[in-house]
Amino acid sequence: MNDPADPRRAAAAAARTSYERLLAFLAARSHDLAATEDALADAFREALERWPATGIPAAPEAWLLTVARRRLVDAARREGTRDAAADDLRAAYDEAAALAATTEAFPDDRLKLLFVCAHPAIAPEMHTPLMLQVVLGLDAARIGSAFLVAPATMGQRLVRAKTKLRDAGIAFDVPEKDDLAPRLAAVLAAVYAAYGAGRDGLGSDEGAADLCAEAVSLARLLAAFLPDEPEVWGLLAMLLHCEAREPARRTADGAYVRLSHQDTRAWDPALRAEADAALREGSRFGRFGRFLFEAAIQSAHARRAETHTTDWAAVALLYGALVRVAPTVGAAVAHAAAVLEAHGPPAALALLDALAPRDVAAYQPYWAVRAGVLARLGRRDEARAAYERAIGLSADPAVRAFLHGEMAAP
Amino acid sequence: MKFAFLSFESPADIARRTGKDSKAYVDGWMAYGAALQQAGVLVSGAGLEPITTATTLRSRDGKRQVQDGPYADTKDQFGGFYIVDVPSLDVALEWASKSPCLPGGAIEVRPLIPFPPK
Repeated sequence: MNDPADPRRAAAAAARTSYERLLAFLAARSHDLAATEDALADAFREALERWPATGIPAAPEAWLLTVARRRLVDAARREGTRDAAADDLRAAYDEAAALAATTEAFPDDRLKLLFVCAHPAIAPEMHTPLMLQVVLGLDAARIGSAFLVAPATMGQRLVRAKTKLRDAGIAFDVPEKDDLAPRLAAVLAAVYAAYGAGRDGLGSDEGAADLCAEAVSLARLLAAFLPDEPEVWGLLAMLLHCEAREPARRTADGAYVRLSHQDTRAWDPALRAEADAALREGSRFGRFGRFLFEAAIQSAHARRAETHTTDWAAVALLYGALVRVAPTVGAAVAHAAAVLEAHGPPAALALLDALAPRDVAAYQPYWAVRAGVLARLGRRDEARAAYERAIGLSADPAVRAFLHGEMAAP
Repeated sequence: MKFAFLSFESPADIARRTGKDSKAYVDGWMAYGAALQQAGVLVSGAGLEPITTATTLRSRDGKRQVQDGPYADTKDQFGGFYIVDVPSLDVALEWASKSPCLPGGAIEVRPLIPFPPK
């Protein structure tokens, strides 16, 4: 459904890219994201409607600016007052118009937008929603649904975040060398969260699939901008591996299939190849962070397509390394699951028992993995209680049905 | 903060409460309630018998009316409720998203009016 050869889709993508470039350029100069979005909103909407029919204009940014000018002039007339922010925006606008009229390729500042959305001055839980709205143009209702927040509340939080960026005078810049790594980690985490929001519990919902595709396109964008950052390649490789397996995650009648039981013939070979190329690209620096380890784990799983067996010892080793660089509950539980297969249930149970009860009380994967470990140890009553807990914590009915089946297995 | 989860079950789910396929559905509710309880967020809750068992009282101009059936006859049935105690609406929605009534029905999340301070 994301066929780039489809001219209508290509036109919509071009409209979006041009809009993003203009927004990045104007906001970096006016420092007012909300006002810049307002100024461009109508032009972007019109481009999305008209370009698929008329074709992409020769100078897309200039086209958008011409339409946006009407809106800008109208707004100035309506409000009748002049404030400094509006002046900044108009000055930026004139600069952009001059550039769009003279240069071949309009400057691409989109990376600045990604960094400003994941700025430390903004609460971490707002990084991804802000990115989805500012960089991808999604509305608050859709973002709210993806993050389980009421649309009006999400709208208010987005407005507050943008106001803070403006009032705190935060620079729209790509951080310098020393600051880049920590700031980039926040950007990557936000893109990953966007992918997770698309994947989690939303089953076959079409909007969810779109959100995953948007996250992958953000990761591709980052790799194009920052090809010397290994973690960028790691994130891209990991997301592409997940995308490659999407067709195998469910049976034809919607039942959930766990990774080690998926039909590898249903995996997308082109996406797999792109994923492994990205992993190689990131690995050549010899610096391994969270996302490169995650990508290496996914790549190890993917090799089952050729070897017909999962190398659990390798997967367990890689998860062990991941837990050391990024000690999250998710990584620890996945580590235990791999250790169960590689080294047996007692070793896996020891890892699970080491986790803090309050960290796992409402964490579904912990209870699902724990149930499997206890079942293998023959501790049936405890296994049953853990399965029930996992079922009660699952949002996805297909996962609930899968766990019911596991629980009933002899 | 205390919230009420009002569960609205789809006609298909109401049908799944009984009959030979009921086990997975009913067990799902048991597991959900147990998960709320074990996480320490459950205050109370109950499932309700189907609307065919409901009786509704009204009083109009001093005249009492008793009627068979629910107050509102909706496609999805009000089938039960939980009261949960969680730090915020965000956490409440996270829990609500795991409700077994969700794929076909809906869950309404409403804050409880706090008791007035003594």
